This record gives sequence, structure tokens and C-alpha cells, in this order.
Amino acid sequence: MTAAAPLLRVENLDVAFGETPVVLDVSFTVKPGECLALVGESGSGKSVTARSLMGLTGPGSTVRANALEVAGVDARGLSQRAWRSIRGKRVGFILQDALTSLDPLRKIGKEIDDALRLHGSGSGAARAARVIELLEAVGLDDPVRRAGQRSGELSGGMRQRALIASAIALDPALVIADEPTTALDATIAAQVMDLLGTLRAAGSGMLLISHDLAAVANLADSIAVMQGGRIVESGPAERILGDPQHPYTRALLAAVPAGKPRFAPLSPASTRASAPLPDTPQESQAQAGSRPVLRAESLSKGFAVPGGPDFAAVKDVGFELHAGRTLGVVGESGSGKTTTARMALGLLAPDAGTVELFGEPWSQVPEAARRTRRSALGAIYQDPLSSFDPRLSAGALLADALSFGATRNPRKHAAKISELLALVDLEEDLAGRNPATLSGGQRQRLAIARALAPNPRVLICDEPVSALDVSIQAQVLDLLDDLQQRLGLSYLFISHDLSVIRHMSDEVLVMQGGKIVESGPTEAVFTAPAHPYTRTLLAASPGLVPGR
Amino acid sequence: MLAGGRSTRVAGAAARRVLGKIGGGLFVLWAVATAIFFGIRMIPGDPAEAIMGGPGSQASAEALAQARADYGLDAPLYVQYFSQLWRLATGDLGTSYSLKTPVAEVLGELVPPTLVLAVLALLVAWALALVVAVLSTRSGALGSALASGLEIVSAAVPHFWLASVLIMLFATALGWLPPVSTNAPAGLVLPVATLALPLAGFLGQVMRDTLETAHRSPFALSARARGESETGVLLRHSLRHAALPGIALSGWAFGSLLSGAVVVESIFARPGLGRSLLSAVSARDIPMVTGVALLSAGAYVVIMAFSDLAERLADPRMAAA
Repeated sequence: MTAAAPLLRVENLDVAFGETPVVLDVSFTVKPGECLALVGESGSGKSVTARSLMGLTGPGSTVRANALEVAGVDARGLSQRAWRSIRGKRVGFILQDALTSLDPLRKIGKEIDDALRLHGSGSGAARAARVIELLEAVGLDDPVRRAGQRSGELSGGMRQRALIASAIALDPALVIADEPTTALDATIAAQVMDLLGTLRAAGSGMLLISHDLAAVANLADSIAVMQGGRIVESGPAERILGDPQHPYTRALLAAVPAGKPRFAPLSPASTRASAPLPDTPQESQAQAGSRPVLRAESLSKGFAVPGGPDFAAVKDVGFELHAGRTLGVVGESGSGKTTTARMALGLLAPDAGTVELFGEPWSQVPEAARRTRRSALGAIYQDPLSSFDPRLSAGALLADALSFGATRNPRKHAAKISELLALVDLEEDLAGRNPATLSGGQRQRLAIARALAPNPRVLICDEPVSALDVSIQAQVLDLLDDLQQRLGLSYLFISHDLSVIRHMSDEVLVMQGGKIVESGPTEAVFTAPAHPYTRTLLAASPGLVPGR
Repeated sequence: MLAGGRSTRVAGAAARRVLGKIGGGLFVLWAVATAIFFGIRMIPGDPAEAIMGGPGSQASAEALAQARADYGLDAPLYVQYFSQLWRLATGDLGTSYSLKTPVAEVLGELVPPTLVLAVLALLVAWALALVVAVLSTRSGALGSALASGLEIVSAAVPHFWLASVLIMLFATALGWLPPVSTNAPAGLVLPVATLALPLAGFLGQVMRDTLETAHRSPFALSARARGESETGVLLRHSLRHAALPGIALSGWAFGSLLSGAVVVESIFARPGLGRSLLSAVSARDIPMVTGVALLSAGAYVVIMAFSDLAERLADPRMAAA
């Protein structure tokens, strides 16, 4: 095998589950030291393509290809035994979501050791030393202690590093990474991408899979865009990012919020005229920016930790949200964003400080005094499905919200329900469906419709698009923009994603360790960041510049 | 210094948990003793008659009055209640009305056979549940559906019916096994099977479900991507996950086995706690009933504490919580 021989050669790959084709006529090659990115939204067949390269498409699937060479082996019709000798040894596979990709009952040292043991690499003592060496190589502090911990005891970034360590334990020639940075904070994601970059520089071939073009732009040499099981466009990364030909590639690029000004549509579907509705209260537009609708002053909240001092989740946080405006709150996991939101919603009593809603006391009055005013304040969350009663249909959920819990019979509020569904661009016949059968984007639209049911003036949006593909995220962000302009809503918008915050917010708060480290008008904060942490966040936020 | 302070605090939390468990156990025992004391007085009939040998004994009115006085049954109810609580608290279970021997002695003889029955049934149930779970993950959707149906049927079968069917089949028709339980291994097969099959159905349902979920989970896929074989995934990953709900249910299962023993020991004419409880209730032998009930409750409390501990050992996530 010469140096130029590809590590991965796929020609006309077809994968089907039963009669349903999911991957059609896919061809690509990856050479040593080269990184190919497969990009497309959920269901485009990119993960199935990756699994077919490991012989892991599962029962009931058929894989056909004119050529399927994996690390120099013709992988067509391999026995399970032969596959096992390739997996882990010649090809390392990094799955998305490290929380569930490491066995929660086992120590991570054991998980990494498995890869070495299964391929007969060395004695127990030699393997133990190699495990420590690997943990060190992926940048985990105190590797000896980490090896004895389980995934539940590690943060998201540490888990992803441990998972990478287990995948590269035997120096595989080819590394396949399926959404390696999804669900990670931006700074951690940047570190993980740097780690993958080091592997590539050391000569590994790499297949990178993502729904987000911005996430792969730095690392990919070439990009293949998948839609509906086919590669619709492929080529060098500079060409795909700079001069996309296929409309779907253009839509994926447009969906990336980085560098798109406020209210600029991100999805091609958003063609609706964003004119205010005639029945929108005039004051919400006329007085935009004058009187705060939601105001917090020196909020603090601590939580008791068993066997330790109290954990101060929020320290001295204050803000003002004005009518018809969006206040963005950006920060990493554990920075106190959600605790702040819960105090603003009156679901959590602050230890110190106050929240005022429309200039009247909110956090410091009893719930009975809040209840009549609750309809003015709505909320949407990251995972809409878990906030829906699983026994209720979409229509019943809306009827419940419209009637303030008095009835769940959708027929009693049929007109209002179809109005709400139309408002969030959902088909009317979705009302009869169970939310579990809806797609992620449809569920979040339904969550927005439910939040809008009592006709609120303020919406608290806690990571509303973090679980969505970039293309779906674009549609939901466009919808939120559109609703704000038509209904004059005010948003408290929380996200760990700086480009989303920058695109959505008029003013912004940057939070770190429970404190506000910087705040002000969004563009002022991000064009001239004063605090080092804001600069770190900005540097870690991926843009669409190839090879950064 | 810091580490020391933390470990003291953790030890303090552990001690609080143990004290809480002991307190909870004592509360359960008190509640059982109270419920038995008042409950048994709602059964029609005169306890003095039971002392004198049952309703058929035709004891004279003087003899009955004497028995009442001897056993303190003529005192007001609250006096009887507190004096009984005091006796129980000092470890005196009293003397059986019908057997005329100390209850503690009788229980000492009855516990071993019932314990053998319950422990064997629990082990057999675990083994059956695991075998069915593993086989069904290997045999696809059809096998899984078949296993699920089998589990529902066996979990729903009542003990008395299952016992009768097993006796008719294996004792009467085939003559392979004795219909009456003896101490010989062959005599244990049918009673153990009667208790184990429904339990295996319950355990199997939760364990198979967890096993299948674990087998499909991303960490199992990661293991396969490392080169792990299906057997390796099963042994190193999925089975451990499947065992967790089984361990959690085993405490409850042991309790259900004790109540199942009442039926099974009676049908198979096997000496043990269950059968004695039944005869003690029908003879209105108050000290015996109280003794058996307290022993069962005590055993249940201890077993629950152990299954809680086993769960913490098997699942490091709980130990951390």
C-alpha cells in the first residue's frame, strides 16, 4: 500500500432497512492525513453511512457497494470475526453524545482498556500505563484519578475526551467522528476540534459527521453534503463554503446564524411579511425601549451540596428587559443562566434580590398573588417533549393552556387552536397527533404555540434551539423573530451558543460562574469585548471560515 | 483538613441513613404488632375458647373465665395492648395457645424450611428471567414478543392454580415427583417451581426490557466499535444494567414469596411459616399469629435494607447520590 492509497474508498454505497433505502449511491474517498466532512440534517443518512463503514448498521439492514475499502480491507461480505479485528484497531469510532456513549456503570479506564485488551495489546500493567498515557494525550488533568471515575462523574468535555481516548487507543489509521461536538459548550467544542486536528496532523484519515457546516469548517479538507440519503454536492471545503452550487448547501450555509444581522432570515421558508398584526397593542411598539417589562435587581441563589459548602449558582445578577426587545443571556453550562430564568419565572425564590414584572413586585410576593398575572409570562425550553404530558395530543395540550387547565377537550377551543397552530406555521391536522410522533422542529413550534396560548407579553426562552439541527434551528429562530415583530413580544433568550445569541439579541448579558461579567448592546459587546471571558467565547465560536 | 472534613460529613450522612433505616424498621414492627392486635380481635369467637382447645372443646364457663384471667384477657383492651407491646419489646413472644409451647421455639423450627423454599424460589426466578432475557435479545423481534407474552402469562398465574396443575401433571399423571413436599430434593421441585414461575415473569419483564435498551444504547455501540463481540457486550455491559431493576425488585419479591409460602406450604403439606400462620389464624392462636407476622415484617425490613445496599453497590451512580 503506497502512501497515496486511500484509507477509505466507497463507491456507489446503498444501505436499506428492509425495503426502505436510507443511503443511495454514495461515493467518496479519504486519504491519510485528510479530513472529509459529511454534512446534512437528521435523517439524511450520514450516520448510517458512517456505521456501514464499521459493519454496524444493525439487524435488518442490507449494505451494497461497488467498492467498500476500509483501511485497505475489502469490507464487503466480511464475517463478524473479521469486522471485529478492524473495529477499534484500524478504525476508531467516536459517537455523538458522550454521556450515553460510555457505560455509566464502568470506570472510563476500563472502557479504554477494553479496546487494548480486545486486540491483545500487551500485559495488564502495560495496558494500564497506556490508558494513563492516552488520557494525558487527550488533555485530561489528573489522568490516574480520571481512569478510576465513571462517565457520570465527568463533565461533558471530559467525557468526550475519554471517548476519543478509547477510540484512538490503538492508533487507528482512520477515525470516524459522528457529531463529536454536539451538546458541548463552545470553548469545550473548540478544544475537542483542536484535539481531532492534532490526530489528523499526525497522519490519521478522518471522516467527520455533522449537521452544522460551521462546526466542520475549520477542520475539513473536503465536504460532502448529504440530503435524503444522497450526496448532493461535494468538493474542497473552500469551494463548498465559498461558492455553493446546490440549493440545499446554500440553505445549510444560510442557516448558520454566525455573522447574520438581527432579523435577517436564516431559512428559505421564511418568506412571510413581518408586518405587525393589526390587533397588536400599540404601546408595545410605541414604547419599545422605554419602561422595563421585566426587571431583576441583585439576584442571588445558592444550593445546598451534600457534604460540602453551599454552591452559589447565581451571584448579584441584575437586568432590565424592555418591551418588544430581546435580552440575550450567554454563558456555558453551570454559569447560572437557567437558575436566573427560573427566578425570573417566579418558580424559584431568590435568596436575595428582587424581580419586578411590569413595575410590580413579582418574586417577593406569594404565588397566590402571582397566579393571576402568570399569563403575561410564558416559557419555552430546550426539550419540549419532556415538558408535554405524554398522554395528551397536540390539540389537548393547547386546549389545556388556553383554558388555564380547565379543560383538555380540543373541541371547546377549536378556533383558537387552529389560530395558534397557524401562528407557528404548523398544519392544522397536527392537532390530533401525539407530540412524540412529531419531529424536533414541530415539537418546538408546538411548545411555542402553547407558550403563546395565554397571550403573554414576555417569553423566557431557555436554550430553545440547542437540541435542533442547524437547518431546523434556523426555522425556529426565524419564527421567534417573526412572532416578536408581529405580536410585540419581549424575549429573555438564553443560550450557550454565542452566534445564536448575537443573531437574536438587542442587549446581551455574558455570564460566568453565576455572575454577569459583561453586558450591554449586543454589537457593542461583541465587536469590542471588554472582559477576557467574552473574548474567549468569541474566539471559540465557530464561523464559516475554512481553516480558521 | 478539607478532605477530612468532607469524609466526616459523608460518614455522618451514612450514619444518618442507617439510623433512619433502623427507626423506620422499628416503626414498621410497631405498626404490624398494633394492626395484628386489633385485627385479630375482629375475627368472631372467643380467644379463651382457643386456649381451651377450640370451639369444639365444650369447656365450662368457669374454665373459660379461669383461662381469661390467666392470660390477662379480662383486663381492659388498652391495658392488654400496652402489656403486649411491653412483652414484645422485651423479646417475649408468649406461648402458643394451641401448641402450648413458647412461640419463639416454634418459629425457630419453622423458619429454616420456609427460608430454603423462598431462597431457592428467588434464585430459580432470577435464573429463569435472565435466561429468557438473554435468549430473547438474540432472537429478534419475534423472540422478544414471545418472551414478553410468556412473562405476562406466568406473572399473572395464581399460585394455587399453578400448584394444582403442576401436581396433576408431574405427580398424578406422570408420577415423576411427589405431590407432598418432603425434605428430599425431589420434594422441593414442585413447591419451588410454583413460587418461582410467577416471580420469574415479573423479574423477566423488567430485566428483559432493560437488557434490550442497554443492548441498543450508544455505549453498547461504542463497545462494538471498539471490537467487542456480542457476548462481550452482554457480559461486560448489558447484563449489569439488566440486573439493576432485578436487584431493586428482589426485596419486594422476597416479601411476595413469604405470602406465597402460605398457599404453597398448605397445598404441598410442607411444614413452614406460611402453613403455621394459616392454622394459627383459624385457631385464633393470637401469640402465634403475632409472632409469625412480626417475624415476616422483620425479615422484610432486613431484606429491603440489604437490597437497598446491594443496589448501591451495583450502581455507583446511586452511591454518589
